[in-house]
Amino acid sequence: MIAETGHFAMILAFCVALLQSTLPLYGARRNHQGFVLMAVPAAKLQFILLLWAFAVLTVKFVQSDFSLWLVTANSHADKPFIYRLTGVWGNHEGSMLLWILMLAAYGAGIAQFSKSMPDTLKARVLAVQGMIGVAFLAFSLFTSNPFARLVSPPFEGNGLNPILQDPALAVHPPLLYAGYVGFSLAFSFSVAALMSGKVSPDWAKWVRPWTLLAWLSLTLGIAVGSFWAYYELGWGGFWFWDPVENASFMPWLAGTALLHSALVTARRNTLHSWTMLLAILTFGLCIAGTFLVRSGVLTSVHAFATDPTRGVFILMILGVLVGGALLLFAMRSAGLSSADKNVPFQPVSREGALILNNVFLASATATVFLGTIYPLVIDAFGLGKISVGAPYYNAVFVPLITPLLMLMPFGPLSGWGQSEVLPVFKKLAMAFLLAVLSALTVFIVSAGHQGGAALGVGLSLWLMLGALADLAKKIRFNSVPLARLPKNISKLPLQQWGSVLAHGGLGVMILGIVGTTAWRSEVVQAVMPGAVMEISGYEVTFDGESAVSGENFTAEQGEFSVRRGGVDVTVLKPEKRFYTVERQSTTEAAILKNLAGHLYIVIADETITDGTASRVVRIWYHPLVAFIWIGGLIMALGGVAALTRREVKSFSNDSV
Amino acid sequence: MTIRVASKKINFLILSFFLYVSPALAISPGEAFKDDALEERARSLSVELRCMVCQNQSIDDSDAPLAADLRNLIRAQIQSGKTDAEILDFIEDRYGEFALLKPRFDIKNAPLWGLPFLLVLAGFFLMRSFFRNAPKN
Repeated sequence: MIAETGHFAMILAFCVALLQSTLPLYGARRNHQGFVLMAVPAAKLQFILLLWAFAVLTVKFVQSDFSLWLVTANSHADKPFIYRLTGVWGNHEGSMLLWILMLAAYGAGIAQFSKSMPDTLKARVLAVQGMIGVAFLAFSLFTSNPFARLVSPPFEGNGLNPILQDPALAVHPPLLYAGYVGFSLAFSFSVAALMSGKVSPDWAKWVRPWTLLAWLSLTLGIAVGSFWAYYELGWGGFWFWDPVENASFMPWLAGTALLHSALVTARRNTLHSWTMLLAILTFGLCIAGTFLVRSGVLTSVHAFATDPTRGVFILMILGVLVGGALLLFAMRSAGLSSADKNVPFQPVSREGALILNNVFLASATATVFLGTIYPLVIDAFGLGKISVGAPYYNAVFVPLITPLLMLMPFGPLSGWGQSEVLPVFKKLAMAFLLAVLSALTVFIVSAGHQGGAALGVGLSLWLMLGALADLAKKIRFNSVPLARLPKNISKLPLQQWGSVLAHGGLGVMILGIVGTTAWRSEVVQAVMPGAVMEISGYEVTFDGESAVSGENFTAEQGEFSVRRGGVDVTVLKPEKRFYTVERQSTTEAAILKNLAGHLYIVIADETITDGTASRVVRIWYHPLVAFIWIGGLIMALGGVAALTRREVKSFSNDSV
Repeated sequence: MTIRVASKKINFLILSFFLYVSPALAISPGEAFKDDALEERARSLSVELRCMVCQNQSIDDSDAPLAADLRNLIRAQIQSGKTDAEILDFIEDRYGEFALLKPRFDIKNAPLWGLPFLLVLAGFFLMRSFFRNAPKN
């Protein structure tokens, strides 16, 4: 009975979304105040209804109510509590409901927090949010109903894919969806402005905080996903250029471009059309990503199952929403561009740098898109089957993005309108010198073998030191006495840390990527208890193994004592688990985590050589790898810092 | 129709995913060359070849028996003195271009290799028109 109230709440939310997407538009057009004001309560009501539906589904999962098809298919009473809880979104239907709930939450957020926005604009924005809601609620209700009942409920469920039985499931999908869905607001703002045919100078200032929120959630979501893959898939890879990873990376790249172009629009009141187009495309890529993951057209480790009708449905949503928005853009954007104040600026200026950033990021987005769909296109034209994998992206993406990284530190240091190259470069001279020196050092020490690593280290330092130069300028490092610096740092508005942290964080991340890619070492050995293996200064002794069991799995657990320089460091216990319900095995790596590097041990099968059994053991040393995720976290913190900028405020009191 | 064809393939791939992907562990003891230079060649070739029964993994990452067979095949070929290009050709003849994670640099794949850089150039071009109107100081 409770489940039916959830289902009913979804249907009601669908009806509310229908009203929310039509009447406020009519009101805004005909100047009917009542219909205009209706948007706000409708958005809040839709959110409350969906919150109820989601709560009901969560309760059903926690209770293990196997009369629900979804719970039977994806849960099991013996599953630990946390995975019964997070299992709600560990499947297609439940994750779709989470997606829709977040969509409604963003709508309610606008309704609640954007007090300063004109009512008609707010009505139009919420109406467009309502349209997206209608589309995805219809998708959920008609193709992916999470509340479908079973006529004769089984006593036990089928369990959850063991790979998903991990604490990261609690945060990875919600963060990712908060990112995807968050870009819907940028989309709605664009469409609303296009509908009204005019754009106020404050438009970009309203869009930017929501875009920032989406961007930082997506950044964290991707970082968590990458870390999850790193420790779960059993060898320490952190990024696979898998189609589904690409599906999250494309909106990230486009969203990053959007953040930067919105900065130009907000600050200089220009570039409106481009920012709008970017907003539409960014959310389009989010829907396309959803399509790729759920339709089954692509092969990926994440594919959420694979119902072609669902794929067609999402493709239709994509066509109608994004196609419609683009059509509107084509018809209306020319009229809008007259809103662009033609503030002249030179190529060498903050605007110039931000536009250059957009050129590179848009091309990078298109590249990832191309690589992801090219095999499908080739296949569709009967030209054969090809694979586009990591080696392609490394060959194309790296040269494409390297110039952007080289130019990055110049951006925040150059002035608006026009800027001289020389003074900016002077501020970066020390950073440049150190970066080049460190790159040369790596190159020479490796006897010319590691050109890629040399470039990577150089770029990483260039970005980190460039961010410090940015900070130095902001706190007037060169022009005030040393004693005043602490005060200057503490008085620096939080928002000013945005670019420092985001750009510096990327440098930190690159350091981690280079470290583990260039200097990873590996030992693979079949060993018997007592065997000692050496790797990167560590002495690892295989002490033996034992059978252990958890709540819903049995495991073989190896025991390895780790010594360094004759001193005991720790004991690592990697496992090979067998999940009894799902009848699947997983590898649980044991990792000794240091900033300098991770010692990563997994155990594989037993092998029989000459009649004696030995255990296959694989040990990796991943130097600096932790910086990948630390860097991601720092970047997201930059997003948080930038968020503290007041929603609508004159930008003129920025230090330039 | 692409979708339907793909979905059959997917069902198979999903199955193989559960069989092989979870512990992605790559090479086994005894597989590697003693000679570091040869081993480095074998590894860099492995990274460029797709494990045909896995989702989206190279044979270097995959634990599938077929991937191990391919790795041994590559090592045998290296041993017999073939060049990297010859080995890739050999694999392509045997398994099709699908096996190469880095598509060939040919006319069919020209957009794949060319477009990214053309886009940057196009971007520069558009940018230029932006600044043309800007007065010089």
